[in-house]
Amino acid sequence: MNRRQKILAGIGAAGFIGIGLFLALAIKPAIAPVARPDVALSPALVAQGERIVALGDCVVCHTAPGGRAYAGGLPLKTPFGTLYTTNITPDRGTGIGEWSFEAFRRAMRQGVSRDGHLLYPAFPYIHYTKVTDEDLRAAYAFLMTRTPVHAPARRNELPLPLRFRPSLAFWNLLYLREGPEPATGDAPAERGRYLVEGLGHCSSCHTPLGVIGGEKHRESMQGGVVDDWSAPALDQLAAAPQPWTAGQIVDYLRTGLASEHGAAAGPMRPVTENLGRVPREDVQAIAAYLLTLQKPLRTVEPPAPPGDQDQRIDRGRQVFAGACAECHGEGSPMRGAMGRPALAMSSAVFGPSPRNAVMTIREGLAWPSQPGSTTYMPPFADVLNDRQIADVVAYLRSTAPHAAPWSGLDEQVAHLRENRP
Amino acid sequence: MIELHVNGEAHRLDVAPETPLLYVLRDDLKLNGAKFGCGMGQCGACTVLVDGRPVFSCLFPVSSVGARPVRTVESLGTVERPGPLQKAFIDHQAVQCGYCIAGMIMRAQALLETVAHPSEQQIREHMSPNLCRCGTHMRILAAIREVAAQGRLPGAGPQKVSA
Amino acid sequence: MKRSDAPIDQGRRAFLAGSGLMVSFALLGSWRAFAGQENTLGATILAPDLPGDLKIEPVLDAWIKIDARGVTVCSGKVELGTGVRTALWQVAADQLAMPLERFTFVTADTALTPDEGYTAGSHTMADGGTAIYHAAAQVRQMLLDAAAAKLGVPARELALHDGVIVAADGRQLTYEQAAEGVDLHQRAKPVSPDSDPSTFRYIGHAIPRVDIPAKVTGGAAYVQDMRLEGMLHARVVRPPDASAQLESVDTRAVEAMPGVVKVVRDGNYLAVLAEREWQAVQAMRALREAARWRSTRRYPGNDTIHAALKALPQRIYVTTREGNGPVRQSQHAAPDAAPAAPSPATLSVGFGKQYVIHGSIGPSCAVAVYRDGMLTVWTHTQGVFPLRAGLAEWLGLPKDKLRCIHVEGAGCYGHNGADDAAADAALLAFRTPGRPVRVQWMRDQEAAWEPLGPAMLTELEAFADEAGQLQAWRHALWSTPHNERIVNAGRLIPARLLARPVASAPSAPIPQPEGDADRNAVPLYRIPSVRVDMHFVTEMPFRTSAMRSLGGHINVVTIESAMDELAERFGQDPVAYRLRHLDDARAREVIQRAADRFGWNGGQALPDGHGVGFAFSQYKNLMGYCAIALEVKLDKQARSVQIVRAVAAVDCGQIVNPDGLRNQIEGGIVQSSSWTLYEQVLIGEGGVRSVDWSSYPILRFPQAPVAIDVQMIDRPGHAFLGAAEIAQGPTAAALVNAIKRITGHRPLHLPLARQDSPLFA
Ligand code: FES
Ligand code: FES
Repeated sequence: MNRRQKILAGIGAAGFIGIGLFLALAIKPAIAPVARPDVALSPALVAQGERIVALGDCVVCHTAPGGRAYAGGLPLKTPFGTLYTTNITPDRGTGIGEWSFEAFRRAMRQGVSRDGHLLYPAFPYIHYTKVTDEDLRAAYAFLMTRTPVHAPARRNELPLPLRFRPSLAFWNLLYLREGPEPATGDAPAERGRYLVEGLGHCSSCHTPLGVIGGEKHRESMQGGVVDDWSAPALDQLAAAPQPWTAGQIVDYLRTGLASEHGAAAGPMRPVTENLGRVPREDVQAIAAYLLTLQKPLRTVEPPAPPGDQDQRIDRGRQVFAGACAECHGEGSPMRGAMGRPALAMSSAVFGPSPRNAVMTIREGLAWPSQPGSTTYMPPFADVLNDRQIADVVAYLRSTAPHAAPWSGLDEQVAHLRENRP
Repeated sequence: MIELHVNGEAHRLDVAPETPLLYVLRDDLKLNGAKFGCGMGQCGACTVLVDGRPVFSCLFPVSSVGARPVRTVESLGTVERPGPLQKAFIDHQAVQCGYCIAGMIMRAQALLETVAHPSEQQIREHMSPNLCRCGTHMRILAAIREVAAQGRLPGAGPQKVSA
Repeated sequence: MKRSDAPIDQGRRAFLAGSGLMVSFALLGSWRAFAGQENTLGATILAPDLPGDLKIEPVLDAWIKIDARGVTVCSGKVELGTGVRTALWQVAADQLAMPLERFTFVTADTALTPDEGYTAGSHTMADGGTAIYHAAAQVRQMLLDAAAAKLGVPARELALHDGVIVAADGRQLTYEQAAEGVDLHQRAKPVSPDSDPSTFRYIGHAIPRVDIPAKVTGGAAYVQDMRLEGMLHARVVRPPDASAQLESVDTRAVEAMPGVVKVVRDGNYLAVLAEREWQAVQAMRALREAARWRSTRRYPGNDTIHAALKALPQRIYVTTREGNGPVRQSQHAAPDAAPAAPSPATLSVGFGKQYVIHGSIGPSCAVAVYRDGMLTVWTHTQGVFPLRAGLAEWLGLPKDKLRCIHVEGAGCYGHNGADDAAADAALLAFRTPGRPVRVQWMRDQEAAWEPLGPAMLTELEAFADEAGQLQAWRHALWSTPHNERIVNAGRLIPARLLARPVASAPSAPIPQPEGDADRNAVPLYRIPSVRVDMHFVTEMPFRTSAMRSLGGHINVVTIESAMDELAERFGQDPVAYRLRHLDDARAREVIQRAADRFGWNGGQALPDGHGVGFAFSQYKNLMGYCAIALEVKLDKQARSVQIVRAVAAVDCGQIVNPDGLRNQIEGGIVQSSSWTLYEQVLIGEGGVRSVDWSSYPILRFPQAPVAIDVQMIDRPGHAFLGAAEIAQGPTAAALVNAIKRITGHRPLHLPLARQDSPLFA
């Protein structure tokens, strides 16, 4: 073999190995269906599973609006197309009724369905992979004891190349570090780390994503965008003008409202509804861990304020009087009797991006499906025009201490309107 | 001066631009349909249609209306010639005190102008912003259901009025 | 038709005959109702021998006037959103044999109508309807007699037709002609001429309500819709809590705001008047910000209120019923030793209930004008006459210089902010002579300042023999007053806020058998020994007063829970167990009807998470009967409790308007389920914290029952019994019973189904 041939042979061999490796990664065997769950479904295990599943927020994605819990069908809009979540009730035909525990564990650890096809990473297996076997078993027991619902999967709306699932193998190569995490101590912050990084998969939303939809590890917890909402940085909680205390984080996560910082909105709201159901110590652990992540304030050069800033603030103050002040004005009942914070203090007004302020004004906060929670705000998308929204946001921003005016406000408002029919 | 198009008529009004539409409708145009209930967008007593959509007029700065047409319950019919929903509410006696009812009718009107045969769940979800304290819900639903069964209600015709 | 208006009167007589009772209250002296001078709605009894409210206004022309302009019928009762205006009108129309449109019907105006005290307690048809029924029958007979004389024929040969009296020979007289020379200014007689129900075109028929067409088309229908020439718009600023003192307020900036006519400050009273409504709202906001208050009081919270009720100063009212004897009530300064009960108790059960609000959708509003020495107030109060008396006392005006006219407001379910808002308007108009003033409360003011429905606590012990037959019953309950009506000026909040405040009259409960916090606490069931101890807490952490069914809501929950528990204990069906303890045939019939219609068979096979519940009560043990069977669905995941199916059977005596009655029962079931499932005023150190619909959520459409079926038992010839409150207790109790069946645990705290409820754990 001459050198040239050798090289060719080498490339060929490498290619074969590559293909082989690829096939090994992309093609997974099916796991045989089981007639009934192969884990003993004791009430204690099911109860533990309920807690795990709540911490994992499974119901949030696996329930369509108005649909049955865990039956899937929720559209997930990604930059690449729309995915529909799947049915994880124990229905035999359309759900996970035929899944053995091993199949369930493999899905959670590797993102592989029982029949061997690869799952899209919108399903956060890169985080769930860190969950212990014990907790996975409990989650399995809980899910397998739900009422089976017949709900066939909806077709995903993706461009052709992405419909080819084996390509996900490359993605996994880059982003999947298969767990579980080695056992950690019982200290709250350690338990918190396990919950935040594993089950809670907080960084799926709170870390910026790269071009192919993987989390940018170097910017972990520095904030992301999900469903047009800002998921704020979780490493700046102590750097806020009113630094978050552990107690406020716990209140916020459990009730959707922190007395000093405002209300959970957008995709965060259902998360808080779930965390309202788990033992308080779990949420305390999450808070304790988050507080270990804190970094000094990342300052950004304040942009030059737009030219008509003063008129804009005046106009915004007027809109505020007609549309907002009954609830949020100084001395309003909400701030008096109900003890709500001034909007100037809310992270939506204080944060680095106007996104959440604009989103909240446009879409409001829906009534909780069930009476008893106290956060609600009517939507203003059909009321205020772009300029009025921008004006009122600029006015609110001007009331926040030491906050530079946002630039590009008009563009942001217009963009969010176009994006959200 | 603010120009406002209400129930097919144009008005020029000397009001502060931030005044919530509710007060303009009630006090300046002397329309009784939209009611003050909470002023916070929580009860729907003040519901009117702006450009065909149900809105809380109590939180709607009149300057935000622009050229969009406003419709109140007065536009749907009269005691002598009630519109389809008004008639159904009378037929079902879907009133106790009636304070919430004009808002209910307007919210239902918006649904029935856009959806031909809404399901029960759709009707209930759509109506959920509006509160009734008397507990007239069963009859309100029955009245809406009856009109819904007849097919889509015609809208107000050409929507835009030029400013 | 001979009418038996007996049930209520008998009840009262039997009760009043209890001699020990008369003595104990005579000693007390504060309980005027028992002097036989005033009924429970605050009106003075002048003619105890007459039916209904003819007792308090015995003169016929107070009710019916006939002159050249035609026939006018007057009622002192008001429309609160229940449709009684139409029902009363129907009664007059049939008894006068005139179509509705042919005569004028006037309600509650101190210048025009009889004083019937308050419109409350499901008394409207029973008392007001009965009065009109008899007055109209007597006037009809007088017209016939007069026409007979004028036409020279016997009265029995005359026929009445659409407001005209027709003789056999075809000659006619209108009522106006017949009435010429007839003096209606005479005392009514105890017995009225018979009527033939087969001629009734209105009573017993589902006559469409007269007020609905205007309400669905934007007609002016409410006091909120009044626009008088030159009218000013007022807003008040209330203290952050009842104890707060105004430390300082700089009103100059507010006075300079556009449109502001004046700022009124007097002690802790603050208000602003402006030319336009939006100006008034903005000025109110500015005034609110400018005011500095100092609170002097700490309030109990939701967790501590029940313990607080037990600890606060209280009087004890003991009601007993031994054997089949009468119900007797007496008052004690401190708990006495309860007579030994057969111990131990077969069953103990008790409930806690939080404060609730009436929460009318339209916050209170009033219009007033003071002109030429005359103060006129348009108000949605339940009682124009008591309000006038209170205002006259407060403002130092003679009663004939004050006129209160009822105009409808949003639905009223008891003593809400109406009277206080009327006092605001009266005061502000009095101080701004010549210009009408409209006061509109804001949502938070209504929520924080309307009298609340009281938080309560009940503790019940029941004793049964081995066969499950009930032998004794001991029920204790704790509550602040349910009846802080306007008996003096101090009952009006504005009068308490002025620099020279008027103190509220001492609290007094409505006596049994109507009851106050102890309403419906005496079970209708056959039990040889019954004792109810009402701990009447006189120091109110929060002002409370009447709200639909008063203590009946929680008392029926307590009684009907006990009946279910006992039935279970003795292995019996709950419906059968109730019937086994009931002698009253009408009670038995509603229970049977509800059970049959529902398909009650004890062991219904139901989907997972579903359960059935049953409950019964006769309102106040004197009025409408109501039995309810429910199927309820509990969905833990969705954290919801929903009524899938409700069947109610009711007997309210003679039915005047079947559709109106059905509407009331449907509404009662929906409203009571909202109270029972969701409602509680949030309270804390600073006072009331729930001041909007997000902090005080009520039932919305998605949570409304799937279906309600109302079965009505008509009793032609029997007294009207009233309906507006009869479903409140049974609905709540049936819900609690259904939840017990689903979960195996009886929830003991209301509300049952807020998000954080243990039901969903
Ligand atoms: S008054 Fe507008 S929503 Fe209540
Ligand atoms: S009918 Fe009274 S509030 Fe709806």
